[in-house]
Amino acid sequence: MALTADDVARLAGLARLHLTEAECAELAPELDIILSSVDQVAAVARDDIPMMTHALPLTNVMRDDVVTPSLTPEQALSGAPATEDGRFRVPQILGEDA
Amino acid sequence: MTDATLLTKPAHELAAMLRAGEITSEELTRAHLEQIEALNPTLNAFLAVDADGALATARAIDARRAAGEELGPLAGVPIAVKDNFCTRDLPTTCGSRMLEGWVPPYDATIITRLRDAGLVILGKTNMDEFAMGSSTETSAFGPTRNPWDIDRIPGGSGGGSSAAVAGFLAPLAVGSDTGGSIRQPGAVTGTVGVKPTYGGVSRFGVVAMASSLDQPGPVARTVLDAALLHEVMAGHDPRDSTSIDRPVPALADAARLRDVRGMRVGVVKELGGEGYDVAVEARFLEAVELLKEAGAEVIEVSCPHFTYALSAYYLIHPAEVSSNLARFDAMRYGMRCGDDGTNGAEAVTSITRGEGFGREVKRRLIIGTHALSSGYHDQYYGSAQKVRTLVARDFDAAFELCDVLVSPTTPTVAFKLGERMNDPLAMYKADLCTIPSNLAGNASASFPVGVSDEGLPIGLQVMAPPLADDRLYRIGGWLEAVLEETWGGPLLQQMKPLPETKAVFA
Repeated sequence: MALTADDVARLAGLARLHLTEAECAELAPELDIILSSVDQVAAVARDDIPMMTHALPLTNVMRDDVVTPSLTPEQALSGAPATEDGRFRVPQILGEDA
Repeated sequence: MTDATLLTKPAHELAAMLRAGEITSEELTRAHLEQIEALNPTLNAFLAVDADGALATARAIDARRAAGEELGPLAGVPIAVKDNFCTRDLPTTCGSRMLEGWVPPYDATIITRLRDAGLVILGKTNMDEFAMGSSTETSAFGPTRNPWDIDRIPGGSGGGSSAAVAGFLAPLAVGSDTGGSIRQPGAVTGTVGVKPTYGGVSRFGVVAMASSLDQPGPVARTVLDAALLHEVMAGHDPRDSTSIDRPVPALADAARLRDVRGMRVGVVKELGGEGYDVAVEARFLEAVELLKEAGAEVIEVSCPHFTYALSAYYLIHPAEVSSNLARFDAMRYGMRCGDDGTNGAEAVTSITRGEGFGREVKRRLIIGTHALSSGYHDQYYGSAQKVRTLVARDFDAAFELCDVLVSPTTPTVAFKLGERMNDPLAMYKADLCTIPSNLAGNASASFPVGVSDEGLPIGLQVMAPPLADDRLYRIGGWLEAVLEETWGGPLLQQMKPLPETKAVFA
């Protein structure tokens, strides 16, 4: 199934990535080539093979529940695009029709 | 007048000269800063240079040494740092407009360890945007050029680090390897690059790309230098939940051993043949022949699922990327566009990401989102994770028969700038041989083994089981000693010096 420019636009929406119509049109055939090439993984992925999510067997790591030094509010805000009253300033989070 | 041969000396020799009081760290650092000033306009290896900070650090080390303080084995030696390691005093951009000018409020664990060991950080090196690429051409700040031929790529994503080390702008560098980003640049610049066992070196403070594959490691001109740097970097870090809490093997000792008798070396059948340069295969086979002559037992092994590794990687990797890069939401750090009062938070995030990310990052975000989306998850991401199991099983079976596996590091020599930029699949194939070790998490390295007919460097990859990183250095140290004897010096001496270079061989 070929990936269309509309598919790319829909996926870009899910990825919170604004793409122009021209970008969607250019990316669709490029991504289609990549996807049809990597599709060969399905050929060997039999039902009896377990999925490997990580290189090493992982166990949950816990530490003692004690206070350790961390960033000051000034440090945490130092790279923010906008701040106000010692907080991150963000654009409105509720739409007009919300 | 500074000794111009300092620039070409290995880090371990420079460290010995510093210890003996023959040179100062300030003098050594100044020599490298002058070389950066002379060559960086041509190579674009560094995105940021910290001349004042480096000289201040160097003077502080010199003072501590003069006061009789016991210092680490690489104290006073300058080093370059890939631009995805957080540094609290230098911008960390990951080669992206998204983070242009961002100065992190904290240091990566590896940066702390470098500082504690007395290494002198010269600056931050160029890379493919968020480490996505095999040529350093996807950097938002222009490509890095290969000092062997400035019309060719220095590998990627860590092309800034490899070019800095090969061009004598720094004796050492740190990189990160997700699909080959340390080893492939090493191969195409005639330098040494090591991807430690996954979990062997802390990822804390290294901007995450694909968390289950990313692994920081050393970049150097000699095998012993890489081992010494690896020893500084390695070891358990409680701030990285995947960090291995076990002793690090004796790496420098392995590099100095110079003996491969009795080692069982497996040549991977699947990593060769069609698509591989004649010269790449020739230099590889010559090196294998040398191993045989030196008493190693060489056998051919088959890892049939390595053929599928590239495909699995280009599903798993974008999937993890699409999740990790969600943090670039234009709220907490980095760029923000479209915040003019008419757009809500979600629109601002979307507009900023559209402006801030380059084409390759966008490709992978879309692929990753597709591979994880409902209806396609099993076909793509699930199947890729099963292939990962198969690749790891191939390694397990091969390591039953062999102590290490070998292959060419990359199928071709350095290609020309621009050659593969419009052909993503061709670009991805540069990592054909290096990807299996990222999927399985085992240790792997590239060592220089000669040049092609047109005089471009070629690398040999050694793969060892997880936690057996010392075997990489045992093979590498021996190989380097034998080859340098036949070459009459280091491979980098065969490079035609760039007109502006200040580096001279003794």
